[in-house]
Amino acid sequence: MTVFGWLQILFVLALVLASVVPLGRHMARVFAGERTFFSPAVGSIERGLLAAAGRSSLGPQTWLGYTLAMMAFNAAGFVLLYAILRLQGVLPGNPQGFAGVEPWLAFNTAISFVTNTNWQAYGGETTMSHLSQMAGLTVQNFLSAATGMALAAVMIRGFASSGSDRVGNFWVDVTRVTLHVLLPGSIVLALIFVALGIPQTLLASVDATTLEGAKQTIALGPVASQEAIKLLGTNGGGFFNANAAHPFENPTAITNALEIWALLAISFALTHTFGRMVGDTRQGWAILTVMAIILSGCLVVAYWAEAGGNPLLTALGVDPSLGNMEGKEVRFGSAASAFYAVATTATSTGSVDAMHESFMPLGGFMPLLLIKLGEIVPGGVGSGLFGILVIAVVTVFVAGLMVGRTPEYLGKKIEAREMKLAMLAQLILPATILGFTAVAALLPTALASLANAGPHGLTELLYAYASATGNNGSAFAGLSADTPWFDATLGIAMFLGRFGYVVPVMAIAGSLAAKPRAVASAGTFPTHGPLFVGLVVAVILILGGLQFFPAFALGPIAEHLLIPTGRTF
Amino acid sequence: MSHHPIAAAPSLFDRGILTRATFDAFLKLDPRRLVRNPVIFVTEVVALVVTLVFAEDVVTGSGAPAFDGQIAAWLWFTVLFANFAEAVAEGRGKAQADALRKTRSDTLAKRLLFDDPEDSAHSVVSSLELELDDLVLVEAGDVIPADGEVVRGVASVNESAITGESAPVIRESGGDRSAVTGGTTVLSDRIVVRITAAPGSTFIDRMIALVEGAERQKTPNELALSILLSGLTLIFLITVVTLWGIAGYSGATVTVPVLIALLVTLIPTTIGGLLSAIGIAGMDRLIRFNVIATSGRAVEAAGDVDTLLLDKTGTITFGNRLATEFLPVPGITAEAFAEAALVASHADETPEGRSIVALANGHHGVVEPAGVEGASFVPFTAQTRLSGADFAGRSIRKGAVDAVLRHVGIGLDRAPAAFRDAVDRIARAGGTPLAVCEAGRLIGAIHLKDVVKPDIKERFAELRAMGIRTVMVTGDNPVTAAAIASEAGVDDFIAEATPQDKLAYIRSEQRHGRLIAMCGDGTNDAPALAQADVGVAMQSGTQAAREAGNMVDLDSNPTKLIEVVAIGKQLLMTRGSLTTFSIANDVAKYFAIVPALFVATYPELGALDVMGLASPESAILSAVIFNALIIVALIPLALKGIAYRPVGAAALLRRNLLVYGVGGLALPFVGIKAIDLLVAALHLA
Repeated sequence: MTVFGWLQILFVLALVLASVVPLGRHMARVFAGERTFFSPAVGSIERGLLAAAGRSSLGPQTWLGYTLAMMAFNAAGFVLLYAILRLQGVLPGNPQGFAGVEPWLAFNTAISFVTNTNWQAYGGETTMSHLSQMAGLTVQNFLSAATGMALAAVMIRGFASSGSDRVGNFWVDVTRVTLHVLLPGSIVLALIFVALGIPQTLLASVDATTLEGAKQTIALGPVASQEAIKLLGTNGGGFFNANAAHPFENPTAITNALEIWALLAISFALTHTFGRMVGDTRQGWAILTVMAIILSGCLVVAYWAEAGGNPLLTALGVDPSLGNMEGKEVRFGSAASAFYAVATTATSTGSVDAMHESFMPLGGFMPLLLIKLGEIVPGGVGSGLFGILVIAVVTVFVAGLMVGRTPEYLGKKIEAREMKLAMLAQLILPATILGFTAVAALLPTALASLANAGPHGLTELLYAYASATGNNGSAFAGLSADTPWFDATLGIAMFLGRFGYVVPVMAIAGSLAAKPRAVASAGTFPTHGPLFVGLVVAVILILGGLQFFPAFALGPIAEHLLIPTGRTF
Repeated sequence: MSHHPIAAAPSLFDRGILTRATFDAFLKLDPRRLVRNPVIFVTEVVALVVTLVFAEDVVTGSGAPAFDGQIAAWLWFTVLFANFAEAVAEGRGKAQADALRKTRSDTLAKRLLFDDPEDSAHSVVSSLELELDDLVLVEAGDVIPADGEVVRGVASVNESAITGESAPVIRESGGDRSAVTGGTTVLSDRIVVRITAAPGSTFIDRMIALVEGAERQKTPNELALSILLSGLTLIFLITVVTLWGIAGYSGATVTVPVLIALLVTLIPTTIGGLLSAIGIAGMDRLIRFNVIATSGRAVEAAGDVDTLLLDKTGTITFGNRLATEFLPVPGITAEAFAEAALVASHADETPEGRSIVALANGHHGVVEPAGVEGASFVPFTAQTRLSGADFAGRSIRKGAVDAVLRHVGIGLDRAPAAFRDAVDRIARAGGTPLAVCEAGRLIGAIHLKDVVKPDIKERFAELRAMGIRTVMVTGDNPVTAAAIASEAGVDDFIAEATPQDKLAYIRSEQRHGRLIAMCGDGTNDAPALAQADVGVAMQSGTQAAREAGNMVDLDSNPTKLIEVVAIGKQLLMTRGSLTTFSIANDVAKYFAIVPALFVATYPELGALDVMGLASPESAILSAVIFNALIIVALIPLALKGIAYRPVGAAALLRRNLLVYGVGGLALPFVGIKAIDLLVAALHLA
């Protein structure tokens, strides 16, 4: 590890921290339906869209009404995207002349983008037409992110409101989040990216003549615009197959730093939005601290593992001074690559600037761990916040009992109904990830897709299902995922990981909203102090860690312990 | 103040109870009963599976019968230990119920023939034949046949059968002391009682049912915790079942007993096994405090109380006002006034009267003039509102200021200025002024004061530290109420309170999301008792009050509300702390079992075996044995409850996290290692 490496990391973290308050305050205004900085620009569009929807559909909804609207909206998004992908061959905006996408792949990709996963079982520049990229994928990049943020707003309102069964209106929330947060943010970011050298064009490719005189066709397209929303919305689906390791998606160390900032910014800032809306910003800072502690811990381990180099390669005479450089871009190095890997899996982004497959066992273990902890530190836009609040509810329940009261979080009593729903949500992750992994581990069809045997192959499998269920979308690239088995099961995993999780969480929000908000007394333990922060960290690690420890032991931990022996598979 | 528990509380490990509990532990293996406790039910099912595997080993001569057999045995022990914990907790209640049941034996009742309390013609019937609204005659020496309300007469009643207190109490028709309880004995006089409870649903029947736990249902919080525990059990079930496939990929062979051992050590058997014992023991602690809760829900609610409504009289102050100061008008010496007050009160048996005598005797050193016994005492009447004495030609009267002024025929404005000042000062200090006149002339005032109980201020400070507000309820005027409130250190007060005011106050607090506890005894308290989240009715109170509350205090001591709150908190804390302990234990168990499972496949995973256990089999067996024994080890803690200290929530959480969280992480490392040494030494695995 080097001082320069740490300086790069601290610089980006400082940028993220600096944007928490202004961005958090802005989003609180957006959720509250107030006038914002962007109102002069987008106000008329907003009014026009909402007027077109009709006044009758814009009243406050119950949690169930809200959730049904969200499901309907996402179902429509799925159908639209599936249709575009299948029909791209006959639709305009196809200068490359690509054929329609195969059914399984289209199914997988449509679910993938609707659920904010953006798992790519395809190579973008060789499969998707410009229309598919812009009207299909990029649109869902906006809408899946807006959906997540709207759901976070519902969870916050659950805590903030007192004795009301209304949690807001989905159509209003999704419209406002898109117009006031994601759209302006993406436009600004895309322009900065263009200035920093990322292409933005409708040309399909340019031809270049290499030094040897060979003719090379270099794929191009509207990259900068898709790059911006892919990061801001923690989507992660790259324009190119190599994702952010591709020089057109991520040309320099500066764009790399900016990309990491962009994928962390909204999720961290939402904690402040939460604090403001519940009327106590300290509550938001406590949640932010929990996220920062776990994120930093994983970052230290990953950077340490990558900076040390691979002893097996060192023994063959490779210079270890730059760290483990296999699968990494020289312009980023081990610090920025480890940071990107940790940030992209701590959120639900899943874009990569290096190949996680080639990380050292512990370096690759950290992204896997972060996904399995539920992507809540800080997690995807919106989904991270409501995910960590569910954990906070479980924490408060146990801790509250320990001080001799029916547990309360922010004045809301945590009772049987909330526990039932919280446990239901918590079950989705291990059931889906471990269930599919265990079946795949015994299925020859599935095993044929693995590039490696032994513990590393197991990690590839675990990672694929974790990434899908967690709606992350990054891959341990050794897995050939475009087979009917993986397209189908990963698609189901993505669906369960998003909607199987979200429905009970929304029910919790609805149940909390309907409760009166009790005032705190000396008998209620404070949920903004270091004790609570430490406790939530412990619950996340113990609850998440215990579920997956045996699988980890056979995967990355075994692989790590095997390195000194030189045993390979 | 001492109280006598209903039945001598059995010691924690009474021989009789232990024997009965051991027997019950086997009866409770019935899966239909065990299914109510999902964690232990799962343990029983897998114990059965391992037993079948063991049988197969023995029959086919394959596998590892010695190892599988031991695992099966310890899994059964785990279930039995959990059953035993519950049975011990129930056993203590059963012993108390037996003592109560003796008082319920069939008695004879004198049922009046005509529905007229004045007509004492009656026939003798069994108490079991009584119906609601029957009238029965109960005379000295008779046992009251069933719960009822005195409609005629007054009697002294021995209620020791239910309260343990042998001093008789007065029960009379009308007013707040009209309720009588079946099974208690009339000592003197005769009363006519209207039966208010059918046989089988009397107060004693309800008490028996409650202490036996027959009516026990899961309380809301217990339910929420059970859901958490079931959820964790399901999650670990997924972890272990899928491990079969994942281990198969890795080329590791794991047998069913080993996977089951991992499952049972991971699921929260410790708290799962002790959960119902904790709940039963909580009710039991209340009963030993002579408080009967009508449901476990009420005990839990007590732990959550935010606001206590306390009646001033009897709770915050001694029931009576006491004379603390003599304030003669100018021209009357202190001694002369003290002597006049003494003479006027000499034959006055009220507490106020006796306190005047004591003050004159003690503080002023005045002794009774000779022959005062012969004075003619003028008793207090509702008309004159004066009392006093005529003695040796002197005529002395004392009473409320307005009554005395009317007696001497002047208005307050014409009373001496010093007297007016004295009256004013007394009122402002929260006292009651008593005027004294002699021969038609005002001679001074006596300061009667509500004396605040000596340690009550500290109690309220404790409550404040627990996060509980105290509100004093009094019929006094606001000035007096404010003075007493500040002296006692309560957070708020309701002056000139009517029952409607109390009800309104409770409702407004509840609207703000607060939980309220109160106690009361009168019929007019009933609506407020019913509205409060915790309503403690006094055993001495009316039937209506006892029906409205969700707890009955057999000692009729309103300060006990504070202990009730502490018991409720203790119950929740014990659950929370043992849950934390149970989950924290899992970390060490993983470090014991996971390397043992896979070390044959990847010898390098031996690095995770931080405890250095003797062999893989010994590691697994030791973890299972630890998991079973810890339940037994924690039974005393579950029954006694963990100590509650009023130190504020953050400090309490820090302490309990340190003991049960950090302790729960560390202890199993030591315990499993110790068991492993023993297992290896005995060549068990």
